[in-house]
Amino acid sequence: MGRVGRLPGGGLAKGLAVTLRTMTRRSITRQYPEVQPDLPPRSRGVIALFEENCTVCMLCARECPDWCIYIDSHKETLPAEGGGRARTRNVLDRFAIDFALCMYCGICIEVCPFDALFWSPEFEYAEYDIAELTHEKDRLREWMWTVPPPQAHDPAAEPPKEIAAAAKAAARRRPGTTP
Amino acid sequence: MLEVVVKLVLVAGAFAVLPLLVGQAEHKVMAHMQGRLGPMYAGAFHGWAQLVADGVKFAQKEDVVPRDADRWVFKLAPGVALVPYLLVLLVIPVGPGGQVALDLGPGVFFALAVMGVGVIGAIMAGWASANKYSLLGGMRVAAQLMSYELPMVFAASSVAMAAGTLSLQGIVGEWRWYWLPWQAIGAVVFFVAGLAELRRPPFDMPVADSEIIFGPYTEYGGLRFAFFLLAEYAGIVVLCGLTAVLFLGGWKGPFLNTELGWLWTLLKAAVLAFCVIWFRVSYPRMREDQLQKLAWAWLVPLSLAQLALTGVLKVAL
Repeated sequence: MGRVGRLPGGGLAKGLAVTLRTMTRRSITRQYPEVQPDLPPRSRGVIALFEENCTVCMLCARECPDWCIYIDSHKETLPAEGGGRARTRNVLDRFAIDFALCMYCGICIEVCPFDALFWSPEFEYAEYDIAELTHEKDRLREWMWTVPPPQAHDPAAEPPKEIAAAAKAAARRRPGTTP
Repeated sequence: MLEVVVKLVLVAGAFAVLPLLVGQAEHKVMAHMQGRLGPMYAGAFHGWAQLVADGVKFAQKEDVVPRDADRWVFKLAPGVALVPYLLVLLVIPVGPGGQVALDLGPGVFFALAVMGVGVIGAIMAGWASANKYSLLGGMRVAAQLMSYELPMVFAASSVAMAAGTLSLQGIVGEWRWYWLPWQAIGAVVFFVAGLAELRRPPFDMPVADSEIIFGPYTEYGGLRFAFFLLAEYAGIVVLCGLTAVLFLGGWKGPFLNTELGWLWTLLKAAVLAFCVIWFRVSYPRMREDQLQKLAWAWLVPLSLAQLALTGVLKVAL
């Protein structure tokens, strides 16, 4: 191939060879609506909300760089159980993400201390109106069903810190009787 | 009488179908050469009806004529570009023993002269559009016609000289296998000059869409534009047919010349049409000065050398 290029007119032959070789190979086009794409693990399609875990701590909304998370809540007083003072807790009224603003940085997911936000690979949620891209908590909760289990570790990777810590704690506990 | 009608119907059918086949082949071949699939939806099976769909779309478009255009010339130009190729198709023989619509004595002369008329359509379009880019494109078309017509005629006359006749039927009749190496230079010159006359890439300087916005065709839309496109593909069919007949022995194949002659002709033309598409995908557009230099510094001397070679061998044999 290299020698052909140096002959007079060799460049022309080389050009023809490249196109002909490409033609004999299978094209890599995936016909999207009929064939779903193979998405890589941890694809950032849409942000799903595991509503039951949310404590309305507002960390996600504060950390969001473009302020696309809307949270409304109210405080609910639980009746006192067996004397003592009544407890209060936050109840989530509205949780919405404006996907017209979201830049898919994932900071809200990183920052959530209660594992209430997850990446879902779902990406087919285009709308005809920009206003309709603000999705409310019921829709975000629905996407929770599409969240895949975490990707398995590489066979050669070092064991995760959590497992090492748990093993160490278990070993420390064994000599004694009850914690 | 019936024979003439049948032949005319066949030529009209070929004129309607073959350019579309070439166009569809271009869609698919070009796509696969670029690692794509090309049209896949129209007609459900690998986009076979894409050009039909395109035709329906073109027919629905509004017929717009620019206010300052030379209306009469503007409207006539697509026809002038298209009809000559239909006329050339009449004289191209596909098989032995009168398998040609019109067995013309000076067939080569007729074919080349009428093909030159087709280019006038583009020049008319460039002039009549009242658009600077179109005019530039039209001028480039004219310049290209001037420079490439000469080597094309030389190459064709070399074959005519070798055969001792101007009739296309006669030329194929005289053709022997050793003409392939003997007329090889002429064949290349003819094909390249023909490509340039059709303004196919890499010789598409006159239509250069990224520089002068499709040149003569800038102001055209709808059915008139479709006619120009059809003229381009009909031109490919005509050029490939002529090259096959003049230089590749037309209906003469390795076997069954009389029975399958027409198939050999079509096969050779199809291979050449594939090459036309292949060149388009492989080579970038030439600059205007490179285009002229190729014609005058290479093709004209080469075709003259071919003429000399033909003459010397003709006398010696």
